[in-house]
Amino acid sequence: MSSELDDLYQEVILDHGRKPRNFRVIPDADRQAEGLNPLCGDHFKLYVKLDGQRIQDIAFEGSGCAISKASASLMTSAVKGRTVAEAEQLFARFHTLVTEGPDKVPASELGKLAALSGVCEFPTRVKCASLVWHTLKNALETEQKVVTTE
Amino acid sequence: MRVVHPSPPEAEVVTLRKPVAGGVDVERVRCDFPILARPVRGKQLVYLDSAATTQKPRQVVESMARFFDQENANVHRGVHFLSEKATASYEGARDRVRRFLNAREAREIVFVRGTTEAINLVAFTFGKQRVGAGDEVLITAMEHHSNIVPWQMLCEERGAKLVVAPIDDRGVLLLDELEKRIGARTRLVAVTHVSNALGTVNPVKRIVELAHARGVPVLVDGAQGAPHVPADVQDIGCDFYAFSGHKIYGPTGIGVLYGRAEHLEAMPPWQGGGDMILSVAFEKTVYNQIPYKFEAGTPNMAGAVGLGAAIDWLEALPREEAWRHEDEVLAYGMEQLARIPGLRIIGTAPDKAAVISFVMDDVHPHDIGTVLDREGIAIRTGHHCAQPLMARFGVPATARASLGIYNTKPEIDALAAGLEKVRRMFA
Repeated sequence: MSSELDDLYQEVILDHGRKPRNFRVIPDADRQAEGLNPLCGDHFKLYVKLDGQRIQDIAFEGSGCAISKASASLMTSAVKGRTVAEAEQLFARFHTLVTEGPDKVPASELGKLAALSGVCEFPTRVKCASLVWHTLKNALETEQKVVTTE
Repeated sequence: MRVVHPSPPEAEVVTLRKPVAGGVDVERVRCDFPILARPVRGKQLVYLDSAATTQKPRQVVESMARFFDQENANVHRGVHFLSEKATASYEGARDRVRRFLNAREAREIVFVRGTTEAINLVAFTFGKQRVGAGDEVLITAMEHHSNIVPWQMLCEERGAKLVVAPIDDRGVLLLDELEKRIGARTRLVAVTHVSNALGTVNPVKRIVELAHARGVPVLVDGAQGAPHVPADVQDIGCDFYAFSGHKIYGPTGIGVLYGRAEHLEAMPPWQGGGDMILSVAFEKTVYNQIPYKFEAGTPNMAGAVGLGAAIDWLEALPREEAWRHEDEVLAYGMEQLARIPGLRIIGTAPDKAAVISFVMDDVHPHDIGTVLDREGIAIRTGHHCAQPLMARFGVPATARASLGIYNTKPEIDALAAGLEKVRRMFA
């Protein structure tokens, strides 16, 4: 198997893809958004509970490929408890990671999200990794909206 | 999978290629496609995405280069030497298409960009003339978006209704259900010849009989039909037949709308411009004859030439044998893939051509596609522009391996080995 493939499907990714964290509905969510990748059929719903400017709770449900699901799992774990501004900052770093590669962002700033660094070698999969982040951005900016990666 | 191809006579087949025992000489066929020999990601390319677009034989590429190098000028306009040459090549391609579809006359062949444009043309000329408020357009549950959306747009505009004939769990069209839905308000039946997502071959001749018995015209979407099954428009009896050059070993940007002459004559033009007129005054424009009435603007001349060359290339093969070879590889692929634990084939119609769609337990098609790609294997993953069909089978997407004449059983073995790797990885 190619090492690039191993980098993409690291054990952390496969684990989060199989057993996604925060995979549930938040019935009394303050914000909600849908993420859709019409090209491959990824479809997620994201729920956010805010405490002022802080993300008190965040969860998702839906279906998608291993990369999009693992990314959703890792993203929700990473931003829970952070402020909206911190989450936005993290998205910017994450975006650099998956488009330009791990050399452009210090691993210390990414935590477990660094597991998605292999995505940068697979341009067609960048959309999968970033879908749920775009959905988060939308959820935080507006009340309800469907985002697509197309 | 089909047993409909009659056996060709043993010794009398006249071909430019020497057939090997029991079929076409696939290795020689492959030699016409330089791209098939290129490595991909350090592996031998296994191209199983011909339903998206076929590869092009060098004869097609060379014909287009020759057109640009030796004949290029605008058609139907100049009195000069090159314009005559270009016009002869362009019209020569039209006649090859006529022969390929067994149409009565070359003027029944309209060059368009592809199947999508052909269907839109019919929807917004013929459809607009015939479909009014309360009327119905009948399609099937296995249509490609390009044979759904134009009709939806037309129906919305006209206050008409889009009616859908269902399919069974194998992906077979329920002919009785289709027949029931041809009613007094049905103005057109639009049906695919071969499903791009399932491979199902529809009994289009029978469908035409059923529709014509009630005076309803039929359009056949031949995007996957023309490359894989006989597309004889007189035998089928359809009113319209559409196909794309690039799915039949020709170039992109060129396609064909066949329409019965009496329909084309009666239809209003679609786009206005040069070449589609006889005379223009500010008071009144007189439209050109068919097919030129539907070919406004400078056409895709080199594309038409390339399509003509693709048809020449196909007709030089022993075609029945080539199709039989494709069917054998398909049957072998269905058999090999069915053995993989956790793999489910979507589309198991008894009459099927060139397509194997499948899903795997706990592995999303997109991940299957990425892992196979690293093995040099090209398949399509996604909804195949048939979202209502995906919904019918309860899957968001499938992985699809699709065949061309150049595919082989060892390539199926490579696919099966790649899928084993996928299974191990995500188990």
